[in-house]
Amino acid sequence: MSLERWIGAWPVYRQLTGADRLGRGKAAESRRSAGLTPRTDTADRVVASVCPYCAVGCSQRVYVKGERVIQIEGNPDSPISRGRLCPKGSASKQLVTGPQREQKVLYRPPYGTAWQELDLNTAMDMVADRVLDARRRGWQDTDSAGNTLRRTMGIASLGGATLDNEENYLIKKLFTALGALQIENQARI
Amino acid sequence: MGSNMAEAHPVGFQWVMEAKARGARVIHIDPRFTRTSALADQHVTLRAGTDIAFLGGVINYILSHGLEFREYVRAYTNAPFLLSERYRDTEDLDGLFSGYDPATASYDASSWAYESIDVEERGGSRHKEQSAPYQHGAGGPSLDAGAGRIASDPTLEHPRCVFQVLKRHFARYTPEMVERICGVPRERFLEVCRAWTENSGRERTAALVYSVGWTQHSVGAQYIRAGSIIQLLLGNIGRPGGGIFALRGHASIQGSTDIPTLFNLLPGYLPMPDTTHEDLAGYLDSIRRPGQKGFWGNADAYTVSLLKEYWGEAATAENDYCFDYLPRINGDHGTYRTTMDMIDGKVFGYFLLGQNPAVGSAHGRLQRLAMANLDWLVVRDLTMIESATFWRDAPEIETGEIVPERCRTEVFFFPAASHVEKSGTFTQTQRMLQWRDQAVEPSGDQRSELWFFYHLGRLVKEKLAGSADERDRPVLDLAWDYRTEGDEPSADDVLRHINGIDLRSGRTVDGYAGLRADGTTACGCWIYSGVYADEVNQSRRRRPRFEQGPYEAEWGWTWPLNRRVLYNRASADPEGRPWSERKALVWWDEERGEWTGHDIPDFERTKPPGHRPPEGASGPQALAGDDAFIMMADGKAWLFAPSGLVDGPLPTHYEPHESPVRNLLHGQQGNPTRKVYGRPDNPSNPAPPEAHGEVFPFVVTTARLTEHHTAGGMSRQLPYLSELQPELFVEVSPELARERGLRHLDWAHVITSRTAVDARVVVTDRLAPLRVEDRVVHQVWLPYHWGPAGLVGGDVVNDLFGVVADPNVLIQESKVATCDIRSGRRPRGPALLRYVRDYRRRAGITAETGTRVMTAGGEHKPAHIEPDSPEESP
Amino acid sequence: MTDENSLYGPLADPAADAGHPDPPPRVGFFTDTSVCIGCKACEVACKEWNDVPEDGLDLLGMSFDNTGMLGASSWRHVAFVEQQRPLGRQDAGLSGLPTGPSGTEATDRVVADALRDSERGGGGLGTGPVDLGFPSFELPGATGGAGSRTEFRWLMSSDVCKHCTHAGCLDVCPTGALFRTEFGSVVVQPDICNGCGYCVSGCPYGVIDRRPDDGRAWKCTLCYDRLRGGLEPACAKACPTDSIQFGPLDELRERADRRLEELHGAGVDEARLYGRDPGDGVGGDGAFFLLLDDPEVYGLPPDPIVPTRDLPSMWKHAAVAASALLAASAAVFWKGGRR
Repeated sequence: MSLERWIGAWPVYRQLTGADRLGRGKAAESRRSAGLTPRTDTADRVVASVCPYCAVGCSQRVYVKGERVIQIEGNPDSPISRGRLCPKGSASKQLVTGPQREQKVLYRPPYGTAWQELDLNTAMDMVADRVLDARRRGWQDTDSAGNTLRRTMGIASLGGATLDNEENYLIKKLFTALGALQIENQARI
Repeated sequence: MGSNMAEAHPVGFQWVMEAKARGARVIHIDPRFTRTSALADQHVTLRAGTDIAFLGGVINYILSHGLEFREYVRAYTNAPFLLSERYRDTEDLDGLFSGYDPATASYDASSWAYESIDVEERGGSRHKEQSAPYQHGAGGPSLDAGAGRIASDPTLEHPRCVFQVLKRHFARYTPEMVERICGVPRERFLEVCRAWTENSGRERTAALVYSVGWTQHSVGAQYIRAGSIIQLLLGNIGRPGGGIFALRGHASIQGSTDIPTLFNLLPGYLPMPDTTHEDLAGYLDSIRRPGQKGFWGNADAYTVSLLKEYWGEAATAENDYCFDYLPRINGDHGTYRTTMDMIDGKVFGYFLLGQNPAVGSAHGRLQRLAMANLDWLVVRDLTMIESATFWRDAPEIETGEIVPERCRTEVFFFPAASHVEKSGTFTQTQRMLQWRDQAVEPSGDQRSELWFFYHLGRLVKEKLAGSADERDRPVLDLAWDYRTEGDEPSADDVLRHINGIDLRSGRTVDGYAGLRADGTTACGCWIYSGVYADEVNQSRRRRPRFEQGPYEAEWGWTWPLNRRVLYNRASADPEGRPWSERKALVWWDEERGEWTGHDIPDFERTKPPGHRPPEGASGPQALAGDDAFIMMADGKAWLFAPSGLVDGPLPTHYEPHESPVRNLLHGQQGNPTRKVYGRPDNPSNPAPPEAHGEVFPFVVTTARLTEHHTAGGMSRQLPYLSELQPELFVEVSPELARERGLRHLDWAHVITSRTAVDARVVVTDRLAPLRVEDRVVHQVWLPYHWGPAGLVGGDVVNDLFGVVADPNVLIQESKVATCDIRSGRRPRGPALLRYVRDYRRRAGITAETGTRVMTAGGEHKPAHIEPDSPEESP
Repeated sequence: MTDENSLYGPLADPAADAGHPDPPPRVGFFTDTSVCIGCKACEVACKEWNDVPEDGLDLLGMSFDNTGMLGASSWRHVAFVEQQRPLGRQDAGLSGLPTGPSGTEATDRVVADALRDSERGGGGLGTGPVDLGFPSFELPGATGGAGSRTEFRWLMSSDVCKHCTHAGCLDVCPTGALFRTEFGSVVVQPDICNGCGYCVSGCPYGVIDRRPDDGRAWKCTLCYDRLRGGLEPACAKACPTDSIQFGPLDELRERADRRLEELHGAGVDEARLYGRDPGDGVGGDGAFFLLLDDPEVYGLPPDPIVPTRDLPSMWKHAAVAASALLAASAAVFWKGGRR
């Protein structure tokens, strides 16, 4: 930094030489302030999304930098929300980036008193085995009158109101093929 | 009504404020004064659970003053149709309709039919379990003939026409009766009637908004029917500014009904087959009948296309397109029935997918005890929730009912990917699909449900490979070849298959009209057909609102076929002209020979208003040019539902299951067909005519706060939301505070026969006592977001409620119950069980309490308890 | 000197006055509390953007307000006021019900008692039982007489830093940490602030405060960084009903005048603008409000005056430090009186 710039950066010099004689404005501007821009300006990309809370369907813009979400706010283009968000929608960044997010598969064995970590693939394999076992044990071919049932009562599921349509589609399709029909949703509640 | 829009849907409420700024009058009818009431022109306090009495009063006001929109009613509703001579009304039978069977607590609905249709007698219990509306799609029940054969009286004078039956049914719902039942002073009620009717008609329309304040009742479906009747009488359906808005509470709860994870439905509101459906033809016959009008007439194309999407090449005409691969239902397999089956050891494994029933479902204790009696439980969520940790922090640990070392349930917790870590569509509350692009990759073991179920399916298929067992064919033949990106299945490809593909060309179909019943199309959900028209993901359209017309047709995609207002043919008169210029939406363009307008017409584009169907036509071809309600079997909107509801063709005021007062209209106290499960672990508080209701003298209701989200899994963990509403509280009026010695911010506990719940007291003028008949009724209110986990904790409010359900849709009554409230904290540990047991003893509660559902006619009636899950031979 | 660097009275362009050459139009907030639904989106959106820490998990019992007041970690605060009076022609639905006396006054007392013991709307609130002072037991059915409540309204209002034309915090800041931006807003520069705390007592509204952990002063920046990028502040952008409106102050003032007229026409006679008048004790606010009651009801001072009002004349007699001390003590006096 040249001496001239160094002196020029000194607020008192600026106060004495500039228009801000009381040193309450331009002369007091710090280096941080001088260089301030919205962090969204530095985003690598802006991704169009939809708020995951209620069913109004407010549009969100997700700002991503270095593969991390740095801001989520409303999308003014939307005819539904006009860029606005409620407190929950406004807290979306905390929802997706906060420390409360679980990262690991956890397993509680029968009669256990603590969680254990479990490898994802192992867990998937264990669940698949248990699905087939419960399916077999709860299987019903016919009712007492001989009518076809072709189902299992050993497996139940609840959820899906914050899941995507595509996800619910696969859930229903797979469970139906397995003969599991106690497949339910918040929509019943 | 039954909605707290400003709090539960704040961003949607901007449009209410916009309308208000333009002169609309906003009325909020709710048990308490909320943030919605604060911005309304008028707030009406009513007793929780009495909305049908209020709405029935409005219907009576309309009909007795001749304020209905008569041309609309005559043209577009079933008002002129004559009913069978066998029909008897609740006015004749002390609160019951004809066909009631006390032994099964259900109706034989055959006497509710139109005159010209001869419906055979059906056994009551079979009707309740196997022809229940939850087994029908959204198109509702079928009729045996089209409107052409139905006797009618266009003058609406015939004593057996729907219009006159309606008039008589509601004649006793006078302002005085509304005041006595609801606690609403009659002048205030009449103001609502005047505002509603004066703002409806040719030149004006009124909109009705409801939420779970209407659905979570033992008569919930009939609440909505009552609202529909008013909106139809006033001509507010299918018209701009009109309508009934069901504000739904979750990002894609509409989508998860359209593409259901519900036991009784297949995608697109096709019913799940039951044991009476021996083959595809039999199944289709139950959906549509020869001569029946409307687009359910093409149910064969929808069903075969679905089966082709499910089982691909394996589904052929010869094997009935694998129809036999579908499991069959034979009764109530809803979530509450299943919960009880878990307690009874009939269910082994349970998946919870972004759902927290330990807090969010009624009767949390029942939920947790059920989870503690499983072999295994899979929980997939963003954060650790109470339903995953019940084995170590459920309230039942403290009471000794669950002991970790003796609880065998194996629990798998899978961290889920969030909404920005995957792409896909949500369907919002007005049926609009909006695509989300993926922003970032999930980290660690976080995965989407799409990933989880795709790979679970893959693993299951691998494990069953080579099986010769016939029951494994549906799994092995399942079409499961969606495109993948890395190991993540492509949501875009799944959506494309949901839209439907013409198997001859390999291209997407443009809409459900392009689906065929000959196996040449595959479509995952017929009502979503068109979302991928022209091989373009239409739900991803985001043309800015500044560049579009008022109906913004190029933002997202709304089913069906991007029509924004359902049944908008009714916005024009029978001749196809808008009812008024001010309220024009779609109309017939004679010159171009097509329907046109601001919205996409919800009608066949080139069918002229004067079109009359040929004799013997059925399905869409049978729709006349003025049959605006194109999904209905007779082309008309139903003021009277000749079939499809198990608790009556018309809404009737019944008291809630737990009520402090006797039904003032009828001997029949509650919904005579409501689902009661008389089990020791699911007790009810006594309600008149049962004795000892005074032990639980107050009415309790619950709702959400803006600052939290349902069971709290997405809000109680966030500092920015938790600090805004940090603790469970109970709101009481100053009058009740005085009566019970409750002090602002001190502790109190609310007690029902299920449990007692601690909460901090908030004394507020926003709650007020009501005068109901000869007594004063106090209501208390609690938000229900808390549980043991999270940054802010509290007791689980849903533990207060038992399980009693609407018989049509099996939704629990959790918006109203009776309770007591006492100052100070509840007892802890096993002392809590003794404390609640003592309340039950004082109230004389047994498993039978609340199960004598038939009270009409006065004499002592037997108890009715829902049977266990239908038994079957292994 | 006061002519070109005004410390009191109307001032057309504070940014130019503060030495910004060719500043953009002065911007600010117009908060129309008559359409506020109390959702608190502003509080959350502000915190998300500005990374403001959580500010205590205490149930305050002040209706739905659990924030309490503005502070170093609450730059937006939504006040909730339950009152026994009508709102324009609104029908609150109480008359004709078997009500007794209002509970508002008694609950206010409980909260006020608890607040007295608390530093700023936190910790000790409401942890012990407080007697509401209700009369003796009486059957509720007997109520509904002359003493019963028949009117009710629920007011909500989102408060924020006023970005005064003459900002006490700025005028007393000895380090130059507080400064007037080119947009006319008043911003603390965290890289300069040394936590001296003069500004805290210099604010006639009690807005600015220090954070216990780092000692520095914090308050609303009007999203200075966002303004630099041509974005509106996070709170205004989120606000579902447009209760918080952002824009050039001149336009906002016109809009506010129209809205006031509209409300008066609709029978809401009690509507008034607060902080709009350039002739008031702070030279008018950069963030002003449409209120439906006296400012005190919302926790706002009725007649705020910049503590440096008399500074120019005092310069003849005293050193700057002494006047700052005086200003500080004056503000402390005012704050104490407000409790």
